[in-house]
Formats: sequence, C-alpha cells, structure tokens
Amino acid sequence: MRFDVDTYREIADSLVRNKSRSLLTGFGVFWGIFMLLFLIGGGQGLRQLITSNFEGFATNTAVVVPMATTKAWKGMKEGRSWDMTYTDIERFRRMIPELETVTPLLSRWGQEAVNGSNTVEANVKGVYADYSKIEEPRMKYGRYINDSDVAQERKVCVIGKRIYTSLFPGGGDPCGSMIKVGPVYYQVVGVDFSAGNMNINGSADEAVVVPLPLVQKIYHFGNDIGLLCVTGKPGIKMSTLEDRMRQIMAREHNFDPSDKNAMLIINTEQMFAIVDNLFTGLNFLIWLVGLGTILAGIIGVSNIMMVTVKERTTEIGIRRAIGATPRDILSQIILESISLTMVAGSFGIVFAVQLLRLLEKIVNARPDAVPVDFQIGFWTAIAAVALLTLLGVVAGLAPAYRAMAIKPVDAMRDE
Amino acid sequence: MLIELKDVNKTYYGAQPLHVLKGINLSIDKGEFVSIMGASGSGKSTLLNILGILDNYDTGEYYIDGRLIKGLSEKQAADYRNHLIGFIFQSFNLIGFKTAVENVELPLFYQGVSRAKRHTLAMEYLDRLGLAGWAGHYPNEMSGGQKQRVAIARALITNPKIILADEPTGALDSKTSEEVMQLLGELNREEGVTIIVVTHESGVANCTDKIVHIKDGIIGRIEDNREHRASMFGTDTIMK
Repeated sequence: MRFDVDTYREIADSLVRNKSRSLLTGFGVFWGIFMLLFLIGGGQGLRQLITSNFEGFATNTAVVVPMATTKAWKGMKEGRSWDMTYTDIERFRRMIPELETVTPLLSRWGQEAVNGSNTVEANVKGVYADYSKIEEPRMKYGRYINDSDVAQERKVCVIGKRIYTSLFPGGGDPCGSMIKVGPVYYQVVGVDFSAGNMNINGSADEAVVVPLPLVQKIYHFGNDIGLLCVTGKPGIKMSTLEDRMRQIMAREHNFDPSDKNAMLIINTEQMFAIVDNLFTGLNFLIWLVGLGTILAGIIGVSNIMMVTVKERTTEIGIRRAIGATPRDILSQIILESISLTMVAGSFGIVFAVQLLRLLEKIVNARPDAVPVDFQIGFWTAIAAVALLTLLGVVAGLAPAYRAMAIKPVDAMRDE
Repeated sequence: MLIELKDVNKTYYGAQPLHVLKGINLSIDKGEFVSIMGASGSGKSTLLNILGILDNYDTGEYYIDGRLIKGLSEKQAADYRNHLIGFIFQSFNLIGFKTAVENVELPLFYQGVSRAKRHTLAMEYLDRLGLAGWAGHYPNEMSGGQKQRVAIARALITNPKIILADEPTGALDSKTSEEVMQLLGELNREEGVTIIVVTHESGVANCTDKIVHIKDGIIGRIEDNREHRASMFGTDTIMK
C-alpha cells in the first residue's frame, strides 16, 4: 500500500462524486452503529435504574415471616397462627453458622408523627443496631440507631425522607429536635435518605426507626419479634439455607416442616436472579438487533461497492495497463470501503453519544433521582471503531476481488 | 534488437478454438518508427496486447531488450508495463474525474514517485506537448487532439523503451490525426523513442518508417517506408 496524500484524496473524490449514493449507503452503517451503541447505553441505564431500586439492600438477604399453618400437624388443626420469639434469634445464630446477621423487626403502622403544627402518618419500626446490615441507610443528617440506644432504651429515632420533608418543611439539620410519634416523644438523631424501593414492612421514606425494646413495650408486643431478617456470610446462597431454617422453626413451633406456607421466606437472591435473567435476555436482544442492523448496513456498502467496481471497469483497466498492480487496486477498493463505513459509523457514534447524553440529562433531572449512567464507555466506543474498520474490510473484500480480476485489456474492449 | 518475437502463437479457446496468431516472427530495433497494419480480424490487436504484456501467448518467445516476457506474475507484468511500455489508446482512456496533469502523473504514482516530483515532471511533459495551460482541465473540457496529447504525455512520462499506440488517430479528424502522427514522428526523430503504431488506415501507416503487414495471423510484407510513399492516400494528408 502506498501512503500518499493522493491515495486519500482519490478516495474522498470517489465518495463525493456519488454524493447521494454514498449518503444513502452510509446511512445504513450510521443507523446500525447508532442502534447498537444507543441500545447498549440504554440497556445499561435501564439496568442501573432498576437495580437502584434494590439499593442499600444486601444481596443475600432473606426475611422470615410466620404465617398461619395450612396443614394439620400432630393433632393440631390447620389455620393455626404462631409467632417467633426472642429465643429464635439465638437459635438461628447457633444452629446456622452460615448466617452473618440475624435481626428482628417490629413495626407498627399508621402512627401519627407530629412536630409543632406539622403532622404526617408514619410507620414505626423497632430495630437493633445491626438492622442497618439488612436495609443499608443513607444518612443525610446524624447517625443511625446504635447499640447503646438499644441497651439504654433511649427515646431516639431516625426518620425517613418523607417524614423529614413533612415535619421539617424548612429543611436544615433536624437532629436534636423532639417529635411526637404515636403516644411518645422521641429525639431525632438521624435522617435516612436511602432511595431503594425494596423495603421490609413499608418504605424507608415513611419510617420512623426507633430502638426495638421501645416498640416492644409501647405497643405491647410481648415476646413476639415480628419478622426475622437474616443475611448470609459472603458466598453463601440463601436458597441453600431455606430448608434448614424451616426445619428448625417447625420443630420449635410445632408445624409441619413440609408446610411451606406456614413460614414465608422472602429471598432477595431470587429477585436479583429474576432481574439478572431479564437483563441477560435484554442484552441478547440488544446485540441481536444492533449487530443485525449493522450487518444490513454493511451488506449495503458491499453491494454499492460492487456496483462501483462494475461502473469503473474501464478506469481500473486503464490503471492496470499503466502499471497498477492487483494489490494497488485491492487496497484502493478496500480503503474506499473502510472510509465509507468509518465516516458513516463515526457519525453514528457521535449521534448515539449525544442522544445518550440527552437521555441521561432528562432521566437524572427527575426530582430525587439516583444518578443513572446511560453513557457508553470510552473503550466501548473504541471497540465500535475497531468493529467498523473490520466491517469495512469485510464489505470491501468481495468487490475488491472482483476489481482485481479486471484485466487491463478490458480497458480497451469497453468502448 | 529491442523487440524480438520468435514463432509466437496464440489461440483463443472458445466454443470454436480460434488460432489468431500463427507463428509471428518480428524484430524491431531501438529507435524505429513502425506501424503494424492489417484489417480487423487480422490478429493485429492480439499482437499489440502481447507486445504490451496485456495478454499471454501460448508458444514461442518474446524478448524486450533481451528479457524474456513469458509466464509473468500479475505484479511483474504490471511492473514491466509501468517501466518499459507507454500506451496510447484509440479512445484516449484518460480518467474522467482527474485533471490533465493528474492523468499524466498516474504512472509515476504507481511507481511510488513522490508527489512533488511527479507533479513537476508531469508539468514538464505537458509543457513539451504545448498543454501547460490546460493542466488543470478535465478531459471532457478538451478537444480530441488535446486529449490524445495528454495521453501521449502520460505514455512518455515513465521514459519507456517502447510506445505502443493502438489506432491513435481512430477517434480524431484528419487534421488532428495528421498533427498527432507528426508529433509521434518528431518524438521518434528527435528523442529516439521507439514507437509501434497499430492501425488499419494506410494513411497513418504511411507516416511511419516501416510498415508491417499482418493478415490472418501471419506477418506478410514488411515495407521500408522511409520515403513515406507507401500509400497514395497518405502523400498529402490522412484520408478519413
């Protein structure tokens, strides 16, 4: 290949000579690369948007909920309800060492929270300090409930975003203020802005989180611990522990271990698996559609190059007669094909990047949005350019071989 | 001898095999101005293609300056065409989207000569053929005679050993035909360029110094025509 300014001028000339043809052919490639990149970026953004719903939620978490039995067992009728007790916490910790956190959650719905003249309906949640391992709080102000709060049964609370905006419409740090929730006054020690949409017993937005013993006493829960939330140690799959949890509880609370409805185990792992599968499928579609569109564009380029070669038989013959080697002709045609795909494809990349930027702006402009990243990565763009070059060569190959087969004699015959 | 053909045979294998050249023996010396004359179908175009290394022959031997031209690879053939032979075609065969000077430059481009150098050289040759003012013009803006002169400049620029002209006046009127032939004659006399013209016009052949008659694939008479009296049509002008 000769590296000469004229080589490139000639390519530019021959592409510009058939303006509308080059434009229409290039559009196929443009649209293909645009589709692929836009779909990749869009898919990635969508995934982030959806997984942001699980934000702050440990990925291998399960929630154990006692329900009414549905099978008769040891002389007891079905439909009997049962509660988990404080000893069950220790029982789980001892008997299932694979569990990292075992923590109860007591809640009471529909409590009125009051600060001066502002009121809002709140959901009181009683937790131990390690509950933060289950639903990770994102503290806007202050701190979360800690061990001393629980031990000393301090009347302190952490409020969710909606509670905060309703009770403190003026904004600012509310820590230290007293609010009344239900019958009791609590001191606000923190504001939790966690944005996840996956919650246990009501959204974190509308929750007033207080030390668990307070809830137990104020609302007369007695020995009942409500729900039990557990997380596995790293690498442990919750689904492998489900059966053992069921066995232990069945023995303790006298229900049929095969009665799956008596004890509900909500396992986040399954939800993540569903989302994962969804996106695996979506990604497959994205690549199928994107690559398919590019392929159609490339076939268009190849076709047009074929026509061009046919049209230029005489010219190529003349070139051959005055000393162009077959290689010269080959590289000329392939370079033309690469140039066409590269120029059109580059516009596609730029257009996709701009549109994704716009989309990102619009999506992230939603109030209280978790920032989502729609933009394709730098290396994705580089890979796209490499792909274009490769496709340019592939598109030029067949026409170039046809051009190479043109004999110089053809220049004189074609009159 | 610059060109030597020894018993060259060529057959086209189609539905009916066609024996086009039947043992051609021909020698052309350096600095000669020769025409190969024959009717259409006489095999003169085939002979020209073989002389120009545009086509292969079946048996025999063809030497240019002592080099055997046989069974060359495409690359080698292209290289020989580029360095040894300059072509002038009936239909000029200039590239339409290139200017005159770009057309003249093209053989040097394939030799890998630098841009600046080939441009200067091309301008020099155009100037010699009186076309310096037309360098930036496209072929369709020029007359037939001008186009053929651009083609001649393109043939000369590599300083080839042989100029092969295939019906160089075929698309020109009689006046320009005469001018082109005179130009070729001058190039031959003043610069010693070896020129072979293939034609069926006796008037054109009459402008050359030696006329080789070819008929039915065999070389017939070889006339010495230094007096330029071979054709009654060619004495004053080229009859069209």
